[in-house]
Amino acid sequence: MQLTGADIVVKSLKEEGVEYVFGYPGGAALHIYDAFHRQDDVEHILVRHEQGATHAADGFARSTGLPGVVLVTSGPGITNAITGIATAYMDSIPMVVLSGQVMKPLIGYDAFQEIDAVGISRPCVKHNFLIQNVEDIAATVKKAFHIATTGRPGPVLIDIPKDITAQVTEFVYPKSVDMRSYPAPSVSEPSEIVSAVEAMLNAKKPIVYSGGGVVLAKAQDELRHFVKALGFPCTNTLMGLGAYPHDDPQFLGMLGMHGTYEANMAMHDADLIIALGARFDDRITGTLDGFAPDAKILHVDIDPSVIDKNIKADIAIVADVKDVLNAFNTELARRAKDLNASLIKDWWSQIQDWRGLNSFWYEQSDDIIKPQFVVQKLHEVTGGEAYVTSDVGQHQMYAAQFYGFSDTHKWINSGGLGTMGFGLPAAMGVKFAHRDADVACVTGEGSIQMCIQELATCKQYDLPIKVINLNNRYLGMVRQWQEFSYEKRYSNSYMDSLPDFVALAQAYGHVGMQIDKPGDVEGALREAFAMKDRLVFMDFITDQKENVYPMIESGKSHNEMRLRPGKPA
Amino acid sequence: MRHIISVLLENESGALSRVSGLFSARGYNIESLTVAPTNDPTLSRMTIVTIGDERKIDQIEKQLNKLVDVAALQDITISGHLEREVVLAKVIADASQKPDLERVVDGFNAALITVSETQYIIEMSGSSEKVDELLKSIDGLVILELARSGVTGLSTDETVLAV
Repeated sequence: MQLTGADIVVKSLKEEGVEYVFGYPGGAALHIYDAFHRQDDVEHILVRHEQGATHAADGFARSTGLPGVVLVTSGPGITNAITGIATAYMDSIPMVVLSGQVMKPLIGYDAFQEIDAVGISRPCVKHNFLIQNVEDIAATVKKAFHIATTGRPGPVLIDIPKDITAQVTEFVYPKSVDMRSYPAPSVSEPSEIVSAVEAMLNAKKPIVYSGGGVVLAKAQDELRHFVKALGFPCTNTLMGLGAYPHDDPQFLGMLGMHGTYEANMAMHDADLIIALGARFDDRITGTLDGFAPDAKILHVDIDPSVIDKNIKADIAIVADVKDVLNAFNTELARRAKDLNASLIKDWWSQIQDWRGLNSFWYEQSDDIIKPQFVVQKLHEVTGGEAYVTSDVGQHQMYAAQFYGFSDTHKWINSGGLGTMGFGLPAAMGVKFAHRDADVACVTGEGSIQMCIQELATCKQYDLPIKVINLNNRYLGMVRQWQEFSYEKRYSNSYMDSLPDFVALAQAYGHVGMQIDKPGDVEGALREAFAMKDRLVFMDFITDQKENVYPMIESGKSHNEMRLRPGKPA
Repeated sequence: MRHIISVLLENESGALSRVSGLFSARGYNIESLTVAPTNDPTLSRMTIVTIGDERKIDQIEKQLNKLVDVAALQDITISGHLEREVVLAKVIADASQKPDLERVVDGFNAALITVSETQYIIEMSGSSEKVDELLKSIDGLVILELARSGVTGLSTDETVLAV
């Protein structure tokens, strides 16, 4: 079948099973937009800013495990998209971004809306392509989806000059990909599994530390089986929340900078750390010199480059974490008689002591809304079943600490890049994927203004998201660091001249609410979530001085956490 | 430690910038980098000379391997290896200096190309160490221009870097 390059782009997306493309048109992409107009297999979702397109595709990807797809034009189209591409890159999210480019003969001549998209995106994509011939489009799309979704996932960009999208060629979508320089991920060796399990059986102070890789590998069932079989304590990273149920007694909560006392102390004192799909980043380890001085490190990851990058592994297994957990579980079943629960009895009693400190304690108030309280009520009102997106800052940590996740793919946040503006467009992507589910965007008055224009997209496509704006009139996390580390010099962390969020929501055609009394929090949430077909923007006026605790300040170790002052004994 | 890493790279536009971008983004040293197509026109061979401890070199190799355009790589300094660099030096030598210059050039198995009565180009290929020695031997002369190609190399055991 003879088709134009533009039609080939769209047909190729259809072949990949793409349901939604999030994008924004412009000159260099117009042939492709015209091709979208000729068909109804793949739906194009018009956002209001290209950053929103990437975050929406990202939210779709994180909540489904499927690749998110983005279409933007050249120049400012792709530069606006870069923040969202980098966000996906840092959290290993599968994404395919198509960008229009100026006509091939004009490349390099500083044409209108020309930018070197391949060059500008190179540090924040898994791979990228500049299409040179119309005949290459189908095979390149095939490769892009393959690269984005296999191994350690990530975003892939395809830059397509406008003239090529108008040229015509025979359309044949390839059945398979053959790339000699992109081999299949490695698999574990039986001997590695045996020696890893041997280390587990001999551990006296073990801890399972699981990260985003377990979520990406859809290995939550295998993880739960594994942790149960061993009787070990388990902690999740910010990116790994939901992989282990929040209310299970073996769960120590999140670890890291704002993790629980028990999780961080257990990491510090452990004699065996079982790291699963996690990368020992600086927010997890604290200072590397003081990290887990007595621990043997067992590190499982699909990406060999994370092994020994920050922390040297004693046993390293480079393979898909789901396959490895299955192999562990088989080996553990074989060694069932060698499991000795008494070996870790003292360890558990130590952990219970740490847990008794209740490090997430905060002082409830009758007069002023505590942000933690809103998140706790959000959990109650949604039965802990909602998809929760967040922006970046204190509210993100409160959501991670207090929502209580029981499933993967439901906690959607920018962990690696820490992108303010992520929450609302990500929630849109989630809503497209899960029309009947509750989707809450926990945000702050700073972050929400970074992509607030997407309220219009929510109106156009009837996306009844619930925006939970924890409004403390401060860039709260900045203010907290300034309080702790800059002698309370609050330089530019105060949000002056805030909009009337209720009126703003209404101006976009949504429902706005302002809540300023603790007694009204639950009722308002129930009212909002009962409005199944409306986006409700809930502006919670919260305590300006509240801080996130515990905290491992930078340069400190796990056993040097700063705990909330004033807690009664 | 100085390491010479040979890389087989897909001969695609932008492949070189992926490698150089990786080194600058992650703060790795590049002492020299050379690249040219191989007998298989779809592949280029790149030779990178870098300096780092074992852990840094391990990371460099892993990060290079992660690049989709990298088909294979080998640290040829681990085994026996042959390394060569071409040097061209344009120098001033008057009649009284010429005999000494010719002696040095002969001693290094180098070639001397006459530019004019007082200017010559010295041409030599050898290890970087040998090139350094040559330059030391002519440090009494005025060097007008110096061009070094950077190192290229092969392992001297029977291992073959191939895809």
